[in-house]
Amino acid sequence: MFEYAPAPESRSVVDIAGSYGLFIDGEFDGGKDGNVLKTVNPATEEVLAEISVAGPEDIDRAVAAARRAFGTWSALPGAERAKYLFRIARIIQERSRELAVLESLDNGKPIRESRDVDLPLVAAHFFYYAGWADKLAYAGFGPDPKPLGVAGQVIPWNFPLLMLAWKIAPALATGNTVVLKPAETTPLSALFFADVCRQAELPPGVVNIVTGAGDTGAYLVEHPDVSKVAFTGSTEVGREIARSVAGTGKRLTLELGGKAANIVFDDAPIDQAVEGIVNGIFFNQGHVCCAGSRLLVQESIAEELLTSLKRRMATLRVGDPLDKNTDIGAINSAAQLARIKELSDIGAAEGAERWSPECPLPDRGFWFAPTIFTGVTQAHRIAREEIFGPVLSVLTFRTPDEAVAKANNTPYGLSAGIWTEKGSRILAVADKLRAGVVWANTFNKFDPASPFGGYKESGYGREGGRHGLEAYLA
Amino acid sequence: MPKSVKSPAPEPGRLTVRKTYKLYIGGKFPRSESGRTFVVDGDNVSLASRKDARDAVLAARAAQPKWAAATAYNRGQVLYRIAEMLEARRAEFTALGVSDSELSAAVDRWVWYAGWSDKIAQVAGGANPVAGPFFNISAPEPTGVVAVVAPGSLLGLVSVIAPAIVTGNTVVVLAAGPQIAISLAEVLATSDVPGGVVNLLTGRYAETAPWLAAHDDVNALDLTGVEHEELAAELERAAAGSLKRVIRPQAAIDFTADPGLRPMTALLETKTVWHPKGY
Repeated sequence: MFEYAPAPESRSVVDIAGSYGLFIDGEFDGGKDGNVLKTVNPATEEVLAEISVAGPEDIDRAVAAARRAFGTWSALPGAERAKYLFRIARIIQERSRELAVLESLDNGKPIRESRDVDLPLVAAHFFYYAGWADKLAYAGFGPDPKPLGVAGQVIPWNFPLLMLAWKIAPALATGNTVVLKPAETTPLSALFFADVCRQAELPPGVVNIVTGAGDTGAYLVEHPDVSKVAFTGSTEVGREIARSVAGTGKRLTLELGGKAANIVFDDAPIDQAVEGIVNGIFFNQGHVCCAGSRLLVQESIAEELLTSLKRRMATLRVGDPLDKNTDIGAINSAAQLARIKELSDIGAAEGAERWSPECPLPDRGFWFAPTIFTGVTQAHRIAREEIFGPVLSVLTFRTPDEAVAKANNTPYGLSAGIWTEKGSRILAVADKLRAGVVWANTFNKFDPASPFGGYKESGYGREGGRHGLEAYLA
Repeated sequence: MPKSVKSPAPEPGRLTVRKTYKLYIGGKFPRSESGRTFVVDGDNVSLASRKDARDAVLAARAAQPKWAAATAYNRGQVLYRIAEMLEARRAEFTALGVSDSELSAAVDRWVWYAGWSDKIAQVAGGANPVAGPFFNISAPEPTGVVAVVAPGSLLGLVSVIAPAIVTGNTVVVLAAGPQIAISLAEVLATSDVPGGVVNLLTGRYAETAPWLAAHDDVNALDLTGVEHEELAAELERAAAGSLKRVIRPQAAIDFTADPGLRPMTALLETKTVWHPKGY
């Protein structure tokens, strides 16, 4: 393996303030009860900023601001709403280097990914939905579809700005106003987005950003003047939200957990499949709801494939997220690291064989070496529960029917992968997989035009594409 | 006088053969396993139990993959056949008090949905122009097993069953108007609808619906027929356990109006498949 000289991206392009308030009605101000929490760089444990914790009164103010703004925003001609969104998209493009560095600092993901995946997709998402704003009558939801009102949106920490874009772009294009709560460990890019909204001269109250932890999210979701709730996060919290929204008439979309099967048949091109497996589970440190966390490999090629996979894993560079050579960055938080360690220890204790490449990890920060478990059975917890980290469980199969049965043997149904050279097999297996996104001979591809969302306990509703409009239209 | 003897009109001097109203599960007409009945307009009607509801879910689950795998053309033919059979049995429903106009609308609704079977995928899905060398296509698929608390009228009942099954879902229906529902089941049973695709239970939905709402092998819950807000909210909460898709209309539905696509799309999943393009 070549030694690479460090190639760190400069963090001087981003100017992080010492503290941030809530963005309500076009202005930043502190939370009413003065509570704050700190957001840290998970690669160094350095405190990046203090953020306000929004309490019930703050949520009241934010929802009231969004409700006031709703009247004029929803009455704007679609073409005018579109132009605001195009403006936002352009500003994001212009500030993409700054936002990419910020995202890597706050989240821990490699700059290669925040720069080449997150930010381009964020801008593209706003461009895509901008174009819908004046074409809603042609979207197939009736001749005169109406917005719902105030959308309360709660997003996770794995793709902070991208999840914000997935939530805000379709909501605004359809004439809704929003109150969005970013995750407590990754609030900064949402707060910078508030500044993007100001730069775009978006009318006050159309977008409100409230920071805080689970309680803040619960106040928002349960607020009586919220007409629509959109949540991306764990299945457990999704269930709680579905319960709390029950009987209120609020519209709800949920994008929840996954335990995707990545199925490799014996005729698959091994090198391509190995790249796909690595991308499937180690992209974004495995903090991906659609990660290919269960590798199902046909028994006849299991040994050969695992040899190649281990060789490839030994070349992965784990370390400084701002280094352009880094493949795997920091685990987002101490809590998440503890969860990954706990489930991995359980995997070993339950009898699966654990392997990681030799891999020096930095002294400070939250790190976990890329790990695979072989000899995993369907009963093992590491084959059933979402680990949300760089940990792959390897199972084998003999026949396509067995592969499909094992792939579907989960309460989740978000995504799946198929690797084979045989076209008819791809189509037949894709038909039988109970998953919302199926990647054949590729994995972890995203596009604003492509609907994304799960079957079963991975949630309901779709984000992206024409389908993504439905969640925000009456 | 029991509704079952109203048709055909009683002849003087001849004792009419009455109909026994039983449940419809897995293509058969069993009594409730509980042995319970209740009297509706003079007829004894099976009073479905928790066990009956579970049996119905088993039947619906067993039938679902094959029904979903049938060609859309085939499902359309079966739904059209239902319209034919319903048209042929108009007199029976008239005797149960269904108006001519409602009967016509119910027959026409089956015809309308029959035509959707091989069109909905083109309207609700299609190719997605992603920014890269990929073939990317979205297609709707049935959610799976749907539990339905149905409205009492014939048109209401047809309007909740037809959009669910036309796309390949199977249903467990808690029916409010038992004689109408079971007469419809007899239509279904003679229309080439595979056993288990539609299962109809009569009784008190307040008793059976909570079990279906909390049943982990039910994928979606249609609460169109629930009249009490409190019960609807309780059922919605129970459905959250396995994250069922829930249909809960916010206003009374005019079943004579154009239903639109929502009754179908609410019970569909969108699957998106990617494949690289290249030599």
